[in-house]
Amino acid sequence: MIDNNNNKDLVSSPDEEKREAKVVIELRDVKRYFQVGSETVKALRGISFKIYEGEFVTIQGTSGSGKSTLLNQLGCLDTPTSGEYYLDGVPVRKMSKNQRAHLRNRKIGFVFQNYNLLAKTTAVENVELPLMYNSKYTAKQRREAAIKALQAVGLGDRLEHKSNQMSGGQMQRVAIARALVNDPTILLADEATGNLDTRTSFEMLVLFQKLHAEGHTIIFVTHNPEIAEYSSRNINLRDGRIREDTLNPHIKSAAEALAALPKTQDD
Amino acid sequence: MNILNLLKVSINAVASNKMRSFLSMLGIIIGVAAVIAMMSIGQGSKESIRKELSAMGTNLLTIRPGADQGPGGVRQDPSAMQTLKAADYERILAEKKFVQYVSPEVSASGQVVYGNSNTSASIYGETPEYLDIKQWTVEEGVCFTEEDIHKSAKVCVIGTTIVSELFGDNVDPLGKTIRFKSIPLRVVGVLKSKGYNSWGMDQDNVIIAPYTCVMKRIAAQTYFSSIICSALTEELSDNAIEELTQILRQSHKIKDESGDSDDFTIRSQAEMMQTMSSTMDTVTLILGIAAGFSLLIAGIGIMNIMLVSVTERTKEIGLRMAVGATGLVISVQFLIESIIISVTGGIFGVLLGIGASNFVLPIFGMPSSVPSWSIFLSFGVCVAIGIIFGYIPARKAANMDPIEAIRHE
Ligand SMILES: Nc1ncnc2c1ncn2[C@@H]1O[C@H](COP(=O)(O)OP(=O)(O)OP(=O)(O)O)[C@@H](O)[C@H]1O
Ligand SMILES: [Mg+2]
Repeated sequence: MIDNNNNKDLVSSPDEEKREAKVVIELRDVKRYFQVGSETVKALRGISFKIYEGEFVTIQGTSGSGKSTLLNQLGCLDTPTSGEYYLDGVPVRKMSKNQRAHLRNRKIGFVFQNYNLLAKTTAVENVELPLMYNSKYTAKQRREAAIKALQAVGLGDRLEHKSNQMSGGQMQRVAIARALVNDPTILLADEATGNLDTRTSFEMLVLFQKLHAEGHTIIFVTHNPEIAEYSSRNINLRDGRIREDTLNPHIKSAAEALAALPKTQDD
Repeated sequence: MNILNLLKVSINAVASNKMRSFLSMLGIIIGVAAVIAMMSIGQGSKESIRKELSAMGTNLLTIRPGADQGPGGVRQDPSAMQTLKAADYERILAEKKFVQYVSPEVSASGQVVYGNSNTSASIYGETPEYLDIKQWTVEEGVCFTEEDIHKSAKVCVIGTTIVSELFGDNVDPLGKTIRFKSIPLRVVGVLKSKGYNSWGMDQDNVIIAPYTCVMKRIAAQTYFSSIICSALTEELSDNAIEELTQILRQSHKIKDESGDSDDFTIRSQAEMMQTMSSTMDTVTLILGIAAGFSLLIAGIGIMNIMLVSVTERTKEIGLRMAVGATGLVISVQFLIESIIISVTGGIFGVLLGIGASNFVLPIFGMPSSVPSWSIFLSFGVCVAIGIIFGYIPARKAANMDPIEAIRHE
């Protein structure tokens, strides 16, 4: 465990009272620069925060503010140019490639901004993918888990549809199912509801709130400020820096909001 | 990820791009088929030569002039090739115990003419015992006699090819006179047909005449090309060789018992068979290596396709890594893919090779017999090609950075 009391360089966190909870994610002055030709793009200019176990964090910010770049760091897909990222107290930089692959496989569920489904592959096979790299699962268990995850996102009737036979919203839900299938402790979602209609996106929100209630840590990148009302904490980025980091004292229930939505005819 | 899953993923990948997979297999198919066909020609020739040599009599012994140079030895000077003389022959006849038949041999080749027909043929000067040694028989007429040998008579026995070339179907060759290099020879017998040997040589395109006649009148030489003998039995071949060696050393006044200064060489049929078979092995090996090069090229073809495939599937690789595939697993996936291509190609290649050996080569009169080891060898080579040429593309895939790969368009 990282002792979080003596980190003076931390942006004052709004949840000091939560010190008792376990810190799952801690960033210390994380910077990520990209070299494009002779120019240096500073996507992250020094980000520091802690995320405690069981938090539901929304990340907002203008386009290009560094949200996806940040999420890639959190998902152990990319390493910072400088600064440290501790996952469960372990510095990610010191991990081997294989250890990181193992982490992504067992602990992290990642929903990509542009879904990244395997082409010409059925929904259920796409969702099975992470479990293919987990030898604890038999083929049968894999299939069952994948079907369960697809049912959870409301695609129980689209199991054998190939990715190119689905709508954008359906593909997005397959991507969510794939992130859920390995029962990750940390769920990272990049615009996971960006392509969904109001109703379906509330359905997904209900799902995320349910996972949150079950104790999963969720980090949810979104452009929609409304969604922040359903999370426990909201981080606002601008230009690769944290502009605002606030706790949400009145978390709205997505289930209630969904029930209040007018019923649609076109189903 | 267990190997079964990997296999499934790889098979799917190969199957989802059938045309491309097939085209890269094609090189392997042709290469393996070529190797098998070559091996089969080699093996087949070896077997048929072996059969022929043993049909000639396993107790056959050949004495040649000149020191033993081994197979493919350096050429000796012409005088060294003139050491077998009539005196040697007489001495063998007088002293032989383990040797049954003896025939000095003098040969020449040239045009043979009858009326206005002519053909080219080889003439062998022999004794009548030659037919016993070679287990040849006269089908029509008779063989020439000891008497003819004595008189250097201008008579001959001819093979069926000479008969059909010179006389056609309607003329009886017996008693007719043919001319070899303008020397008239009366035909007294026709040999039973033996067909072609495995070198593609027509064994019926021969003229056999008394050696005295060929020596004096045709070749105009005082020495023999060789002396052909047969041992009493195959088992006594070694005794016969020893006996002949002693006789010839005495006759040539060679004191040296080591054999180093012998000016003649005696070979038994068994030895000949061994020499032939090692020569054929070399030929087979060369054929095999030539065909093997096509496999090398095929391997490069696979590598090329796999590299394209890895680049095309960069995004997929990135995604697999993002959900937890390690570099090792990714590289094994691509390695299995290239092995699937090469081994599937290998299977079809073996089938094609066996098919060609059994049905196509015989049409062209090629001897063929597929050695079973060549099948296993081909498989082994295919797996090796898959691994070797799949390695570089697999490593390229494994070394990708997940996020960069995923962003790849
Ligand atoms: N691999 C890369 N190479 C170069 N520049 C990059 C790379 N990835 C991101 N950037 C740059 O970093 C900045 C932040 O990008 P990022 O994708 O994190 O933005 P974002 O907040 O997710 O935007 P959006 O809301 O549009 O998805 C952008 O200016 C982008 O051009
Ligand atoms: Mg983004």
